[in-house]
Amino acid sequence: MEKKLPKIEIIEKYCKGCHICVEFCPTKVLEMRGFVVGVKNLEACIKCMQCELRCPDFAIKVSAE
Amino acid sequence: MSFDYDKYIRPGKLPHIWCPGCGHGIVMKGLIRAMDTLNLKKENTAIVSGIGCASRLPGYIDCCTLHTAHGRAAAFATGVKLAKPEMNVILCGGDGDGTAIGGNHFIHACRRNIDMTYIIMNNYIYGMTGGQFSPATPTGHKASTTPYGNPDPCFDIAKLAIGAGATFVARGTAFHANQIDKLIVEAIQHKGFSVVEILDDCPTTYGRRNKYKSVIEMMNRLKEVAVPVKAAEKMTAEQLQGKVLTGVLYKDETKPEYTAEYAKVIERAKASK
Ligand SMILES: Cc1ncc(C[n+]2csc(CCOP(=O)(O)OP(=O)(O)O)c2C)c(N)n1
Ligand code: SF4
Ligand code: SF4
Ligand code: SF4
Ligand SMILES: [Mg+2]
Repeated sequence: MEKKLPKIEIIEKYCKGCHICVEFCPTKVLEMRGFVVGVKNLEACIKCMQCELRCPDFAIKVSAE
Repeated sequence: MSFDYDKYIRPGKLPHIWCPGCGHGIVMKGLIRAMDTLNLKKENTAIVSGIGCASRLPGYIDCCTLHTAHGRAAAFATGVKLAKPEMNVILCGGDGDGTAIGGNHFIHACRRNIDMTYIIMNNYIYGMTGGQFSPATPTGHKASTTPYGNPDPCFDIAKLAIGAGATFVARGTAFHANQIDKLIVEAIQHKGFSVVEILDDCPTTYGRRNKYKSVIEMMNRLKEVAVPVKAAEKMTAEQLQGKVLTGVLYKDETKPEYTAEYAKVIERAKASK
Protein backbone atom coordinates (compact mmCIF):
# COMPACT_ATOMS: atom_id res chain seq x y z
CA MET A 1 0.00 0.00 0.00
CA GLU A 2 1.20 3.47 -0.78
CA LYS A 3 2.26 5.54 2.24
CA LYS A 4 0.05 8.54 2.85
CA LEU A 5 2.15 11.67 3.03
CA PRO A 6 1.31 14.47 5.43
CA LYS A 7 0.69 17.97 4.14
CA ILE A 8 3.08 20.69 5.28
CA GLU A 9 1.81 24.17 4.64
CA ILE A 10 4.20 27.08 4.91
CA ILE A 11 2.69 30.53 5.13
CA GLU A 12 5.54 32.43 3.53
CA LYS A 13 4.27 35.87 4.42
CA TYR A 14 4.44 34.96 8.13
CA CYS A 15 7.75 33.05 8.11
CA LYS A 16 10.66 35.11 9.45
CA GLY A 17 13.32 32.54 8.73
CA CYS A 18 14.30 32.01 12.37
CA HIS A 19 15.49 28.45 11.70
CA ILE A 20 13.73 26.95 14.74
CA CYS A 21 11.62 24.46 12.76
CA VAL A 22 14.57 23.41 10.61
CA GLU A 23 16.79 22.76 13.62
CA PHE A 24 14.31 20.93 15.83
CA CYS A 25 12.73 18.71 13.17
CA PRO A 26 13.94 15.26 14.24
CA THR A 27 14.08 13.88 10.71
CA LYS A 28 15.43 16.94 8.87
CA VAL A 29 12.46 17.44 6.61
CA LEU A 30 12.87 21.21 6.34
CA GLU A 31 15.48 23.58 4.98
CA MET A 32 15.98 27.30 4.60
CA ARG A 33 15.43 28.73 1.13
CA GLY A 34 16.70 32.23 1.39
CA PHE A 35 14.73 33.90 4.16
CA VAL A 36 11.85 31.44 4.32
CA VAL A 37 11.59 27.78 5.09
CA GLY A 38 10.93 25.09 2.51
CA VAL A 39 10.13 21.36 2.51
CA LYS A 40 13.17 19.34 1.46
CA ASN A 41 12.15 15.79 2.25
CA LEU A 42 8.45 15.25 2.88
CA GLU A 43 8.88 11.46 2.82
CA ALA A 44 10.85 11.66 6.07
CA CYS A 45 8.14 13.52 7.98
CA ILE A 46 6.93 11.55 10.99
CA LYS A 47 4.10 14.04 11.78
CA CYS A 48 5.51 14.77 15.20
CA MET A 49 4.20 18.36 14.94
CA GLN A 50 7.34 19.80 16.56
CA CYS A 51 7.75 22.37 13.80
CA GLU A 52 4.17 23.60 14.09
CA LEU A 53 4.37 23.68 17.90
CA ARG A 54 7.64 25.62 18.06
CA CYS A 55 7.23 28.13 15.24
CA PRO A 56 6.90 31.55 16.94
CA ASP A 57 5.21 32.97 13.86
CA PHE A 58 2.21 30.72 13.09
CA ALA A 59 3.92 30.05 9.77
CA ILE A 60 3.91 26.25 9.48
CA LYS A 61 1.05 23.78 9.64
CA VAL A 62 1.24 20.02 9.41
CA SER A 63 -1.83 17.95 8.71
CA ALA A 64 -1.86 14.20 8.82
CA GLU A 65 -3.94 13.66 5.69
CA MET B 1 -3.84 17.32 13.72
CA SER B 2 -2.90 20.87 12.99
CA PHE B 3 -4.08 23.28 15.69
CA ASP B 4 -6.41 26.06 14.52
CA TYR B 5 -4.86 29.18 16.09
CA ASP B 6 -6.83 31.41 13.71
CA LYS B 7 -9.89 30.85 15.83
CA TYR B 8 -8.32 33.09 18.52
CA ILE B 9 -6.31 35.56 16.43
CA ARG B 10 -7.82 38.92 15.52
CA PRO B 11 -8.27 38.92 11.74
CA GLY B 12 -5.53 40.68 9.81
CA LYS B 13 -3.16 40.99 12.79
CA LEU B 14 -0.48 38.57 11.59
CA PRO B 15 2.41 38.64 11.01
CA HIS B 16 3.11 39.91 14.52
CA ILE B 17 5.78 42.51 15.32
CA TRP B 18 8.17 40.23 17.18
CA CYS B 19 11.66 39.60 15.78
CA PRO B 20 12.68 36.33 14.10
CA GLY B 21 13.01 33.67 16.79
CA CYS B 22 11.57 35.80 19.62
CA GLY B 23 9.95 33.42 22.10
CA HIS B 24 6.97 35.68 22.79
CA GLY B 25 5.16 34.11 19.83
CA ILE B 26 5.73 30.63 21.29
CA VAL B 27 4.23 31.79 24.60
CA MET B 28 1.25 33.35 22.84
CA LYS B 29 0.57 30.06 21.07
CA GLY B 30 0.72 28.27 24.42
CA LEU B 31 -1.81 30.71 25.86
CA ILE B 32 -4.12 30.18 22.89
CA ARG B 33 -3.97 26.39 23.30
CA ALA B 34 -4.71 26.80 27.01
CA MET B 35 -7.72 29.03 26.24
CA ASP B 36 -8.95 26.38 23.83
CA THR B 37 -8.45 23.52 26.31
CA LEU B 38 -10.50 25.39 28.90
CA ASN B 39 -12.97 26.54 26.26
CA LEU B 40 -12.74 30.12 27.54
CA LYS B 41 -15.38 32.38 26.06
CA LYS B 42 -14.07 35.52 24.36
CA GLU B 43 -16.64 37.75 26.02
CA ASN B 44 -15.78 36.32 29.42
CA THR B 45 -11.99 36.50 29.19
CA ALA B 46 -9.84 39.59 29.64
CA ILE B 47 -6.14 39.71 28.81
CA VAL B 48 -4.39 42.70 30.33
CA SER B 49 -0.82 43.87 29.73
CA GLY B 50 1.56 46.73 30.43
CA ILE B 51 4.19 47.98 27.98
CA GLY B 52 7.02 46.17 26.21
CA CYS B 53 7.41 43.64 23.41
CA ALA B 54 5.83 40.95 25.61
CA SER B 55 3.00 43.31 26.48
CA ARG B 56 1.99 43.53 22.82
CA LEU B 57 0.51 40.04 23.13
CA PRO B 58 -3.13 40.95 23.93
CA GLY B 59 -3.41 42.98 20.72
CA TYR B 60 -3.35 39.76 18.71
CA ILE B 61 -5.94 37.79 20.62
CA ASP B 62 -9.63 38.01 19.90
CA CYS B 63 -11.18 38.47 23.35
CA CYS B 64 -11.53 41.37 25.82
CA THR B 65 -8.10 42.99 25.95
CA LEU B 66 -6.47 45.94 27.68
CA HIS B 67 -3.04 47.31 26.77
CA THR B 68 -2.33 49.64 29.68
CA ALA B 69 0.52 51.71 31.15
CA HIS B 70 4.03 50.41 31.81
CA GLY B 71 4.07 48.13 34.86
CA ARG B 72 0.38 48.69 35.59
CA ALA B 73 -1.23 45.54 34.20
CA ALA B 74 -1.89 44.20 37.71
CA ALA B 75 -3.62 47.43 38.78
CA PHE B 76 -5.94 47.54 35.74
CA ALA B 77 -6.57 43.80 35.94
CA THR B 78 -7.48 44.09 39.62
CA GLY B 79 -10.10 46.68 38.65
CA VAL B 80 -11.53 44.38 35.97
CA LYS B 81 -11.66 41.40 38.31
CA LEU B 82 -13.28 43.33 41.17
CA ALA B 83 -15.90 44.79 38.85
CA LYS B 84 -16.55 41.43 37.16
CA PRO B 85 -15.40 38.59 39.41
CA GLU B 86 -16.95 36.03 37.04
CA MET B 87 -14.46 36.92 34.29
CA ASN B 88 -11.28 35.02 33.57
CA VAL B 89 -8.56 37.62 33.93
CA ILE B 90 -5.15 36.94 32.48
CA LEU B 91 -2.20 39.33 32.76
CA CYS B 92 0.87 39.19 30.63
CA GLY B 93 4.08 41.11 30.14
CA GLY B 94 7.83 41.08 30.38
CA ASP B 95 10.39 40.93 33.17
CA GLY B 96 11.01 44.67 32.95
CA ASP B 97 7.35 45.60 33.00
CA GLY B 98 6.56 43.20 35.83
CA THR B 99 9.57 43.40 38.13
CA ALA B 100 11.08 46.87 37.58
CA ILE B 101 8.51 49.62 37.05
CA GLY B 102 5.67 47.23 37.92
CA GLY B 103 7.38 45.38 40.76
CA ASN B 104 5.24 47.06 43.35
CA HIS B 105 1.95 46.15 41.65
CA PHE B 106 3.23 42.63 41.10
CA ILE B 107 4.03 41.86 44.74
CA HIS B 108 0.79 43.35 46.01
CA ALA B 109 -1.32 41.39 43.55
CA CYS B 110 0.50 38.29 44.88
CA ARG B 111 -0.13 39.35 48.47
CA ARG B 112 -3.85 39.89 47.88
CA ASN B 113 -4.25 36.52 46.23
CA ILE B 114 -6.78 37.83 43.73
CA ASP B 115 -7.99 35.17 41.28
CA MET B 116 -6.04 36.04 38.13
CA THR B 117 -3.25 34.41 36.10
CA TYR B 118 -0.09 36.33 35.36
CA ILE B 119 2.11 35.11 32.51
CA ILE B 120 5.50 36.75 32.79
CA MET B 121 7.84 36.38 29.83
CA ASN B 122 11.33 36.63 31.24
CA ASN B 123 13.88 37.33 28.52
CA TYR B 124 16.27 38.94 31.08
CA ILE B 125 16.19 42.33 29.37
CA TYR B 126 14.17 45.36 28.28
CA GLY B 127 13.75 44.15 24.71
CA MET B 128 11.54 46.87 23.30
CA THR B 129 13.71 49.82 24.22
CA GLY B 130 16.99 48.38 22.98
CA GLY B 131 18.32 46.10 25.69
CA GLN B 132 18.70 47.94 28.98
CA PHE B 133 19.23 45.62 31.97
CA SER B 134 16.23 44.60 34.05
CA PRO B 135 15.95 43.21 37.59
CA ALA B 136 16.05 39.77 35.93
CA THR B 137 19.34 40.29 34.04
CA PRO B 138 21.80 37.79 35.52
CA THR B 139 24.84 39.17 37.32
CA GLY B 140 27.75 39.69 34.95
CA HIS B 141 25.61 39.67 31.81
CA LYS B 142 25.66 42.46 29.28
CA ALA B 143 22.98 44.97 28.48
CA SER B 144 23.15 48.31 26.67
CA THR B 145 23.34 49.94 30.11
CA THR B 146 25.81 47.39 31.55
CA PRO B 147 28.37 47.04 28.75
CA TYR B 148 31.01 45.85 31.24
CA GLY B 149 28.73 43.31 32.88
CA ASN B 150 25.79 43.73 35.22
CA PRO B 151 26.92 44.22 38.84
CA ASP B 152 23.41 43.65 40.27
CA PRO B 153 22.16 40.37 41.71
CA CYS B 154 18.95 39.41 39.90
CA PHE B 155 15.47 38.41 41.03
CA ASP B 156 14.29 34.85 40.85
CA ILE B 157 10.80 35.84 39.67
CA ALA B 158 9.08 32.61 40.70
CA LYS B 159 10.58 32.79 44.20
CA LEU B 160 9.63 36.45 44.44
CA ALA B 161 6.03 35.51 43.64
CA ILE B 162 6.01 32.75 46.27
CA GLY B 163 7.54 35.06 48.86
CA ALA B 164 5.00 37.78 48.11
CA GLY B 165 2.05 35.43 48.61
CA ALA B 166 0.99 34.08 45.20
CA THR B 167 -0.76 30.75 45.69
CA PHE B 168 0.16 29.06 42.40
CA VAL B 169 3.62 29.49 40.92
CA ALA B 170 4.99 27.64 37.91
CA ARG B 171 7.90 28.00 35.52
CA GLY B 172 8.39 26.88 31.96
CA THR B 173 10.56 27.86 29.01
CA ALA B 174 10.09 28.85 25.38
CA PHE B 175 11.99 25.71 24.41
CA HIS B 176 9.53 23.45 26.27
CA ALA B 177 6.67 24.68 24.10
CA ASN B 178 4.50 21.67 24.78
CA GLN B 179 4.45 22.37 28.52
CA ILE B 180 3.45 26.05 28.31
CA ASP B 181 -0.26 25.48 27.71
CA LYS B 182 -0.43 22.83 30.43
CA LEU B 183 1.05 25.18 33.03
CA ILE B 184 -1.29 27.98 31.96
CA VAL B 185 -4.32 25.67 32.14
CA GLU B 186 -3.44 24.71 35.72
CA ALA B 187 -2.79 28.34 36.61
CA ILE B 188 -6.16 29.51 35.26
CA GLN B 189 -7.97 26.67 37.04
CA HIS B 190 -6.36 27.62 40.35
CA LYS B 191 -8.55 29.90 42.47
CA GLY B 192 -6.13 32.63 43.55
CA PHE B 193 -3.23 34.62 42.15
CA SER B 194 -1.24 32.39 39.79
CA VAL B 195 2.12 33.24 38.29
CA VAL B 196 3.58 31.43 35.30
CA GLU B 197 7.13 32.54 34.56
CA ILE B 198 8.29 31.55 31.09
CA LEU B 199 12.03 31.77 30.50
CA ASP B 200 12.15 33.35 27.09
CA ASP B 201 14.67 34.54 24.53
CA CYS B 202 15.37 37.95 23.06
CA PRO B 203 17.89 37.25 20.32
CA THR B 204 17.92 40.87 19.19
CA THR B 205 18.94 42.79 22.29
CA TYR B 206 20.14 40.14 24.72
CA GLY B 207 21.40 37.23 22.65
CA ARG B 208 23.71 39.24 20.46
CA ARG B 209 25.32 41.08 23.36
CA ASN B 210 25.82 37.95 25.37
CA LYS B 211 27.61 36.02 22.65
CA TYR B 212 24.82 33.74 21.56
CA LYS B 213 25.51 32.99 17.94
CA SER B 214 21.90 32.18 17.09
CA VAL B 215 18.36 31.71 18.28
CA ILE B 216 19.07 27.98 18.26
CA GLU B 217 21.87 28.43 20.79
CA MET B 218 19.49 30.36 23.02
CA MET B 219 16.87 27.62 22.71
CA ASN B 220 19.43 24.94 23.49
CA ARG B 221 20.51 26.82 26.58
CA LEU B 222 16.90 26.84 27.83
CA LYS B 223 16.80 23.11 27.17
CA GLU B 224 20.00 22.54 29.14
CA VAL B 225 19.27 24.64 32.23
CA ALA B 226 15.71 23.45 32.82
CA VAL B 227 15.17 20.67 35.34
CA PRO B 228 11.64 19.45 36.12
CA VAL B 229 10.87 19.68 39.87
CA LYS B 230 10.37 15.93 40.13
CA ALA B 231 13.76 15.18 38.58
CA ALA B 232 15.41 17.76 40.85
CA GLU B 233 14.31 15.85 43.95
CA LYS B 234 16.76 13.11 43.03
CA MET B 235 19.65 15.48 42.27
CA THR B 236 22.40 16.76 44.56
CA ALA B 237 23.01 20.46 45.21
CA GLU B 238 26.11 20.13 43.07
CA GLN B 239 24.19 18.68 40.14
CA LEU B 240 21.66 21.49 40.45
CA GLN B 241 24.30 24.21 40.13
CA GLY B 242 23.28 26.59 37.35
CA LYS B 243 19.99 24.77 36.72
CA VAL B 244 16.50 26.24 36.89
CA LEU B 245 13.50 24.32 38.23
CA THR B 246 10.50 23.98 35.91
CA GLY B 247 6.94 22.79 36.39
CA VAL B 248 4.56 23.65 39.21
CA LEU B 249 6.80 25.04 41.96
CA TYR B 250 4.21 26.02 44.54
CA LYS B 251 0.51 25.58 45.21
CA ASP B 252 -1.58 26.63 48.23
CA GLU B 253 -5.31 26.08 48.13
CA THR B 254 -6.02 27.28 51.67
CA LYS B 255 -5.39 31.02 51.47
CA PRO B 256 -8.57 33.13 51.06
CA GLU B 257 -9.14 34.60 47.61
CA TYR B 258 -9.52 38.37 47.38
CA THR B 259 -12.75 38.85 45.40
CA ALA B 260 -14.53 36.37 47.71
CA GLU B 261 -13.23 38.24 50.76
CA TYR B 262 -14.21 41.55 49.22
CA ALA B 263 -17.76 40.29 48.62
CA LYS B 264 -17.96 39.59 52.36
CA VAL B 265 -16.86 43.15 53.10
CA ILE B 266 -19.69 44.42 50.89
CA GLU B 267 -22.17 42.20 52.76
CA ARG B 268 -20.93 43.46 56.13
CA ALA B 269 -21.16 47.05 54.98
CA LYS B 270 -24.75 46.52 53.75
CA ALA B 271 -25.76 44.77 56.98
CA SER B 272 -24.43 47.61 59.10
CA LYS B 273 -26.67 50.18 57.43
C1 LIG C 1 6.50 55.08 32.11
C2 LIG C 1 7.36 54.47 31.08
N1 LIG C 1 8.68 54.33 31.30
C3 LIG C 1 9.47 53.76 30.37
C4 LIG C 1 8.95 53.31 29.20
C5 LIG C 1 9.87 52.71 28.16
N2 LIG C 1 9.73 51.27 28.06
C6 LIG C 1 8.95 50.71 27.14
S1 LIG C 1 9.00 49.04 27.14
C7 LIG C 1 10.16 49.04 28.40
C8 LIG C 1 10.75 47.78 28.94
C9 LIG C 1 10.08 46.53 28.51
O1 LIG C 1 10.78 45.40 28.97
P1 LIG C 1 10.05 44.06 29.28
O2 LIG C 1 8.84 44.30 30.10
O3 LIG C 1 11.04 43.10 29.84
O4 LIG C 1 9.50 43.58 27.86
P2 LIG C 1 10.28 43.01 26.58
O5 LIG C 1 10.32 44.17 25.64
O6 LIG C 1 11.62 42.56 27.02
O7 LIG C 1 9.41 41.91 26.10
C10 LIG C 1 10.46 50.35 28.79
C11 LIG C 1 11.43 50.69 29.83
C12 LIG C 1 7.56 53.47 29.00
N3 LIG C 1 6.97 53.00 27.87
N4 LIG C 1 6.79 54.03 29.94
S1 SF4 D 1 6.01 17.25 11.71
FE1 SF4 D 1 7.92 16.64 12.74
S2 SF4 D 1 8.97 15.41 11.24
FE2 SF4 D 1 7.38 16.52 10.11
S3 SF4 D 1 8.43 18.38 9.41
FE3 SF4 D 1 7.49 18.88 11.34
S4 SF4 D 1 9.11 18.54 12.86
FE4 SF4 D 1 9.72 17.50 10.98
S1 SF4 E 1 9.93 28.31 12.83
FE1 SF4 E 1 8.35 29.44 11.69
S2 SF4 E 1 9.19 31.48 11.33
FE2 SF4 E 1 10.90 30.14 11.94
S3 SF4 E 1 11.74 29.42 9.99
FE3 SF4 E 1 10.26 27.89 10.65
S4 SF4 E 1 8.30 28.48 9.68
FE4 SF4 E 1 9.69 30.23 9.53
S1 SF4 F 1 13.47 43.08 20.73
FE1 SF4 F 1 13.67 41.12 21.77
S2 SF4 F 1 11.79 40.90 22.99
FE2 SF4 F 1 11.43 42.49 21.44
S3 SF4 F 1 10.49 41.40 19.70
FE3 SF4 F 1 12.70 41.52 19.32
S4 SF4 F 1 13.50 39.59 20.15
FE4 SF4 F 1 11.45 39.86 21.01
MG1 LIG G 1 12.08 41.62 28.87
